[in-house]
Amino acid sequence: MADEALFLLLHNEMVAGLYRAAEQGEGENGRCTTKLESMGFRVGQGLIERFTKDTARFKDELDIMKFICKDFWTTVFKKQIDNLRTNHQGIYVLQDNKFHLLTQMSAGKQYLEHAPKYLAFTCGLIRGGLLNLGIKSIVTAEVSSMPACK
Amino acid sequence: SRELLVLTYGALVAQLCKDYEKDEDVNTCLDRMGYGIGVRLIDDFLARSAVRKCHSYSETADVIAQVAFKMYLGVTPSVSCSSAAGNEFSLILDKNPLVDFVEELPAERASLCYCNLLCGVIRGALEMVHLAAEVTFLQDRLKGDPVTEIGITFLRKAEDRKHKRN
Repeated sequence: MADEALFLLLHNEMVAGLYRAAEQGEGENGRCTTKLESMGFRVGQGLIERFTKDTARFKDELDIMKFICKDFWTTVFKKQIDNLRTNHQGIYVLQDNKFHLLTQMSAGKQYLEHAPKYLAFTCGLIRGGLLNLGIKSIVTAEVSSMPACK
Repeated sequence: SRELLVLTYGALVAQLCKDYEKDEDVNTCLDRMGYGIGVRLIDDFLARSAVRKCHSYSETADVIAQVAFKMYLGVTPSVSCSSAAGNEFSLILDKNPLVDFVEELPAERASLCYCNLLCGVIRGALEMVHLAAEVTFLQDRLKGDPVTEIGITFLRKAEDRKHKRN
């Protein structure tokens, strides 16, 4: 759908714009990532409210994580998470082998050092969504080889 | 999933408002980002829509309104030509999806052009098909006008290009 292309472009412009502004000012890179993450956070909170208006109450944490992996991810990125792992003690690893925001960028190790910038928004998205579902969390991302990411 | 786009845009504007004190700076920033999006979006648009070459400014304005806006934002603005020379057009939007979740502009941000990104997008896209244009907001619903109106003024193309085509 054409919406995806527009969102992808907007997201890339946001990342580029924020970093450009930081270079001109005296801000460090860390702050840009925080800004992106907090934007994602606000969007995540709003989105999850709209998506779960009509769904039933979630039974437990695992249920919520499954919802994020299937329905939420499908609505936002048009596909499901490929792999969900957990240690049943509060740590979950979501693996997406063809992360939508990274597919256009490279298919291997090129530009690897720029990848985290593009994941900050999505981390915020997940954190916002989880908070509104009642789970406080820390979300981090790891990219070893594009376009897969954890 | 237009909500994701609308919410993201809202968060972006909010962040820019925090970063920049003056409304003009935010407007400029949005316009510049829109330009960057527009120069890439035109490729996507032409690939998806396969429209034929436009032979006049009014055809171009129609294509923007009826095909592009519909494809990306789901609304179709109406087009009106507002100059005798045929190079000034207005797109009139009854419903602007980007402001779906916005009720009103805060008092201290009275001159913020919330959708300035759109102007930049149109300008960037047109430039990539070699049509220089100025795009601005003439009316804005968020500021109390009855509709949202975007004005496109096509600037003169290079003369030799015109002759080559003929």
